[in-house]
Amino acid sequence: MDKGTIFKFHNDLDTDQIIASQYLLLPNLDEMKSHTFESLDPDFSKKVKPGDFVVGGENFGCGSSREQAPGVLKALGVKAVIAKSFARIFFRNAINIGLPAIVCKDLPDDVKTGDTMELHMSEGTAVANGKTYSCTKLPEYMQNILNQGGLIASLNREEE
Amino acid sequence: MGMTIAEKIIAAAAGVDSVKPGDIYTVQLDHLMSNDGTTHLTVDMYNNKLKNPHIADTRKLVFIVDHNVPSDSPKTAASQKKMRDFARENNIDFWEGKGVCHQIMIENYVRPGQLIFGADSHTCSYGALGAFGTGVGCTDFLYGMVTGTSWVMVPETVKFNLTGKLPEGVYARDLILTIIGEIGANGCNYQAMEFTGEGARTLSISDRMALCNMAVEAGAKTGIFEADDKALEYLKEHGREPKAVYHSDPDAVYAREYTFDLSKVRPVVAKPDFVDNVVSAEETCGIKINEAFLGSCNNGRIEDLRVGAEVIKGKKVAEGVRFLVVPASQTIYRQALKEGLIDIFMEAGAIVMNPNCSVCWGSCQGVIGENEVLISTGTRNFKGRAGHPSSKVYLGSAATVTASAIAGEIATADRV
Repeated sequence: MDKGTIFKFHNDLDTDQIIASQYLLLPNLDEMKSHTFESLDPDFSKKVKPGDFVVGGENFGCGSSREQAPGVLKALGVKAVIAKSFARIFFRNAINIGLPAIVCKDLPDDVKTGDTMELHMSEGTAVANGKTYSCTKLPEYMQNILNQGGLIASLNREEE
Repeated sequence: MGMTIAEKIIAAAAGVDSVKPGDIYTVQLDHLMSNDGTTHLTVDMYNNKLKNPHIADTRKLVFIVDHNVPSDSPKTAASQKKMRDFARENNIDFWEGKGVCHQIMIENYVRPGQLIFGADSHTCSYGALGAFGTGVGCTDFLYGMVTGTSWVMVPETVKFNLTGKLPEGVYARDLILTIIGEIGANGCNYQAMEFTGEGARTLSISDRMALCNMAVEAGAKTGIFEADDKALEYLKEHGREPKAVYHSDPDAVYAREYTFDLSKVRPVVAKPDFVDNVVSAEETCGIKINEAFLGSCNNGRIEDLRVGAEVIKGKKVAEGVRFLVVPASQTIYRQALKEGLIDIFMEAGAIVMNPNCSVCWGSCQGVIGENEVLISTGTRNFKGRAGHPSSKVYLGSAATVTASAIAGEIATADRV
């Protein structure tokens, strides 16, 4: 079980808000991560703690294919992103780098920034404000990538 | 059961007779394209994270520096050097400053029937030539580079039956914004948008690129046209042959079908901060602007420059307004020079720049400041997309953008 604080974002949250274009060519994610969600909350990177959760609405992560978007969240220690639905490239990128992107239809409307959430990944449930929510299971193929720690870890294993 | 074009391309790439939506396959990729937005990270991963770093087939790879070119800072220069050196050491096709990646790909690589991954969301543009292009991140790119393959979940296809013909003064740009306004920013999430019907056949390759390019703005995995005579003619002119020409079967299954009558489309504008926030261009007339941008992989082709030049010929850019004209490739730039279009823009007071992504991606050139307003032929109008988080971006056609540059406020071409 993982327990952390929720940071809640709106529907159609695009990857430009997660990490703006002007920071993408910085040398690495460690240099980029302090700019995460800068346009919406300049202090986000100082407030978020390892193990916390990002919660979105519909179409989370739409727009650019920049892998830096799930990358900076993972670099800051965000445990998982929970949303009603994800834009496909963000979803795929998150799984590929080993950041759980979890579809949970009912939870996002009931929670706000600062609430505490428990994620029970193996049971496929999340608990917030005393209520238990069930999450959608990943296709087995994607779950395997996630379980191995991402696509590169899985590739390294294939090539052994 | 019949298949759609998108399904047939995936079936061929997977080496199977048929596929159905939701199935996951390992597929052979025909090309992998990566630009300077993420390649430095890919190279780092290649060098530091792989147990056995190697490239399956360098002929499949294309590296293009187009986002921040020429570089805007020592850090950008260092990231691009990493990409340039890696391309040279590994014999990878490398383009720098020659054009926006998708324009370079269409002009030089894409063939009907191919399956192409690009580390850029607008890779879906390649459907203009009957190819399946889709955007991925740099980890997917790296996996493809090492194995020559990837995994794909077969998307459902949504059919857009186009009828009629676009009226004078209305463009493919207005059509795709109209479609996205109607179906929403996630209207085709995880799906393929197939554009078909007699209306589709009236559209030029440039128009088709404008449509397919923005499929991702409706959440789609790809946008695609059947490769018809116009597509084959384009290929021939560019010295290439199709890989395979696919048609959707009469009994192919579609998740949904829409019909759009092109003759009823009118000039539209997408208001900040969402691409599906689409209204009639009339409704936005009078909004003061600081900058206008004619360019991008969506609308920086010779056809778009001709439209802009026709609107601005003999007129001037409004005082205090910056009008940026950015041809999408050097081929287009040189054609525009031959046709005298660059002269017309410069005479009017425009700033003509080298082919790159420019302000459409909010870094490098033309970035706008606090509370400034841009009208753009770019792909997106997200909050802060073109610069300061308080700035605003409106999206319109080449005609509307150019007319707005003249008026100093959003205007349709018939008003200037």
